[in-house]
Amino acid sequence: MTFRTLDRADTVPGSRSAPAPPRASASLEAQSVSAWFGSHKVLERVSLTMSAGGVTALIGPSGCGKSTFIRILNRMHELVPGAMLAGRVLLDGDDVYGDQVQATDTRRRIGMVFQKPNPFPTMTIRDNVLAGLKLTGQATSGRDALVEQSLQRAGLWNEVRNRLDSPGGALSGGQQQRLCIARALAVGPEVLLMDEPCSALDPTSTRRIEETIGEIARDVTVVIVTHNMQQAQRVSDQCAFFLAAEDEPGRIVEAGATAQIFDAPTDPRTADYVHGRFG
Amino acid sequence: MAATDFDVPVGLSGDDIPLSVAVNRSPADRRFRLAARASGASTLVVMGLVAVFLAKGAWPALRIAGARFFTRTEWNPDAANGSFGIAAIVWWTVMIALIALLLAVPLAVASALFINEYAPRRLRRALTALVDLLAAIPSLIYGLWGRAFAGDALAGVARWLSRNAGFVPMFDVRGDAYDSSTFVAGVIVALMVLPIATSVMREVFAQTPVAEKEGALALGATRWGMVRAVVLPFGRGGIIGGSMLALGRALGETIAIALIISPKYVVDARVLERGSNSVGALIALKFGEAGSTGLSALLALGLALFAITLVVNFAASFVVARSRSGAGVEA
Repeated sequence: MTFRTLDRADTVPGSRSAPAPPRASASLEAQSVSAWFGSHKVLERVSLTMSAGGVTALIGPSGCGKSTFIRILNRMHELVPGAMLAGRVLLDGDDVYGDQVQATDTRRRIGMVFQKPNPFPTMTIRDNVLAGLKLTGQATSGRDALVEQSLQRAGLWNEVRNRLDSPGGALSGGQQQRLCIARALAVGPEVLLMDEPCSALDPTSTRRIEETIGEIARDVTVVIVTHNMQQAQRVSDQCAFFLAAEDEPGRIVEAGATAQIFDAPTDPRTADYVHGRFG
Repeated sequence: MAATDFDVPVGLSGDDIPLSVAVNRSPADRRFRLAARASGASTLVVMGLVAVFLAKGAWPALRIAGARFFTRTEWNPDAANGSFGIAAIVWWTVMIALIALLLAVPLAVASALFINEYAPRRLRRALTALVDLLAAIPSLIYGLWGRAFAGDALAGVARWLSRNAGFVPMFDVRGDAYDSSTFVAGVIVALMVLPIATSVMREVFAQTPVAEKEGALALGATRWGMVRAVVLPFGRGGIIGGSMLALGRALGETIAIALIISPKYVVDARVLERGSNSVGALIALKFGEAGSTGLSALLALGLALFAITLVVNFAASFVVARSRSGAGVEA
């Protein structure tokens, strides 16, 4: 009754002989997205285009709906009891909330890294990386190569190459978070969502993860929620500033190229926020 | 786990000596420690007294029967040349408990998972209450129900099984009587232990960290995939613990089994056939008519049951302690 039973995927005929090459990154477009928890509306008609192969940073004070928005993009929002939403989310032009679309497929194509590192603690590092393949029934015979490739891309390979069979829970916080990135990359997502991935980490680990983002952005579209203005400036190409007035749902105040948002914002509230005058 | 104790350096010298820290407990703290220790010790004292009482009462019978107490199958302690042993009785007790567990554990795991992971939120509360309600039904009622109604239906199942799979030794039946069997008793006991097993497992499954569950789902896992990868490994201790609790109850069950079975004093594998036995049921049935040797023999039987349940419970707590749920970073 352990995870091992999933190993049957090994024997599926027609398995690929090499690790899956990273799929081409895809564009993601939110159209007029609103969200509720019960009767409480938390997002109001948010539209945003996240271009393929770019890094989009979502910034704004706490409680303005950034995390809700990012969880709507890969259909994690609907797992919360009482959660509802309106609008459309287009992944390369196809609505992920379409009638024919399965949430599991969407989540496989749009990976996610959470605020708190959440590796499977009892699984080995290797099994953590391969967990997504096993969970989605994808077969590949080049497992060792895929493990190495994914850990390389997440910038963790050199630290763990000699202890791939020790449990994922035994790593430090920063290493755990990079393991989670490797785990998400191993299934070959077209988009990677990161919900404040560095908020629980020390500065060194934060820098490592920012480097990782820079490297993977070549073949994966990255959307990152962050409270750290410097981080948003360092890693992103474009920025969206979320804000919620008191007792009102969150909206996007301004979105555009990162340089423009930080150096020449059109809305005074954006200028105040990025210059640290509130939030 | 944490490295609280430290090694004293070899070349200890000068002022650099570890302090011996004095612990000054407040009077309130001391009183509480005393009370807590006393109540902890009282459990052991009661257990010890029960064991001593049983052993003392059982001694005359054990002296008469000797080692054959463990190997004989008949039970005639009060006859002139009385011979008696626990082999058949313990055998059938264990068989009833095993059948009960075989049916109850998978059902309990499935119910616990359904209530926690699949049922809509409103249904979840109702189901939890219903399962707990099952535990509140007195075992006498289960026994009556099993004897009066379920027995007939189960006899039909038993007949079908033995006709179609009679080549399996366990399903073999001599004669044509399928009621009052080990199988019927096992099914009824399974229903009785189902609630406790389900609620222990449900509580442990519910502790599964949401972050890990979301981690699996965000990789594209189905709900069942998530359950297998995260919830079941995390809840392993709960599954074992719940099963062992159920086993303890099944071994000790008395009145329901006494109502259902008709006693037999042979050791065989034919669980579908009429006739079975059980320590609890036998004690309940024979206590009133027992002579002095008979009474002592029954106490010896009770001592055997006491020892078995003790072993089962210790084994369970050992296993549960070894497989710490979820957090088990066994590095």
